[in-house]
Amino acid sequence: MHWRNSPNAYGLLSIVLHWLVAVCVFGMFGLGLWMVDLDYYSSWYQTAPDLHKSIGLSLLAVMLLRLLWRKLSPPPLPLASHDQRTRRASKAAHWLLYAGLFALMLSGYLISTADGRAISVFGLFAVPASLTSIPDQEDVAGVIHEWLAWALVILAGLHALAALKHHFIDRDVTLLRMLGRSER
Amino acid sequence: MLKKTIATLALGITLFSGPLLAADYQIDQKGQHAFINFKISHLGYSWLYGTFKDFSGTFSYDEKNPDASSVQVSIQTASVDTNHAERDKHLRSDDFLNVSEFPTATFESTSAKTTGDDSADITGNLTLNGVTKPVVIKATLVGEGADPWGGYRAGFSGSTSFKLKDFNIKKDLGPASQEVELTLSVEGVRQ
Repeated sequence: MHWRNSPNAYGLLSIVLHWLVAVCVFGMFGLGLWMVDLDYYSSWYQTAPDLHKSIGLSLLAVMLLRLLWRKLSPPPLPLASHDQRTRRASKAAHWLLYAGLFALMLSGYLISTADGRAISVFGLFAVPASLTSIPDQEDVAGVIHEWLAWALVILAGLHALAALKHHFIDRDVTLLRMLGRSER
Repeated sequence: MLKKTIATLALGITLFSGPLLAADYQIDQKGQHAFINFKISHLGYSWLYGTFKDFSGTFSYDEKNPDASSVQVSIQTASVDTNHAERDKHLRSDDFLNVSEFPTATFESTSAKTTGDDSADITGNLTLNGVTKPVVIKATLVGEGADPWGGYRAGFSGSTSFKLKDFNIKKDLGPASQEVELTLSVEGVRQ
């Protein structure tokens, strides 16, 4: 397998980034839901949100790298068996996943930095606050963050179902391509 | 003539006696010489202070008849501020103040009883998180008099403590943090 994408196959970097983001998205959703209901005396009460923020900001870096890599090494062409409607739908879903994820990360960042505090990333370095003057910032960003999180996992779930549909019903290589193969 | 004099006198007595003599004061939120603060223990190791930034209220007070004093305060609970955005967001949620459902907290006095030269117990109903319960605010007169700008002011400071559970506040912050102390430190401008 090559590092770079080719017209009919994903390269290693795109595949690793894809699955890394997939694990993060679902993991962060679970972590987020779990951490907001922790007991005040739970040993995770402070570490879970710290972890959530650290992973979130790291994911932002990963997503920026993904966008850059798309430019440097474009993903393979759609399968010839995919009709126009499928191509349009998958393209729309992919860009919605990207947009949703960026908006989700931005809204999370705006909650924690609403009062000018920086966010520590795994205790290694701090990402400073920038926008702090949106009215009721932490509350508005919080509501958006929660709704976007639900929307994104539902969309990611549909994205996974569509891949499984291509694999088991259409019996094409859509899913296999993201596992590093280009033919069945 | 006599009748008219008596009537005038009667009107005068009505206007200038008893509770009607008490002056009405508007809490000076405009100039922000008024604070509604709270403090609660953190783990039993320190005090956490917070404030409500948006509220309004009036009181009436007459030094000759302090037991006729009364006070009404209305607090916008979403204005809670503890100098930490994430915590304030949590305080506004239904774990604590539930501000989307209960945006206003109020205190309405029902009686006042002097306990010293400059102190009184003010009994009234506190409505918080949709729950109304009687509380007693131990208040002291800080001072009163003419201000330098042509007005007349009086200031009080008063505190009361209550259990979070008494007002259906869900989150349990541990054994040392069951009670919160609410302090009203307000200056009123005579109307």
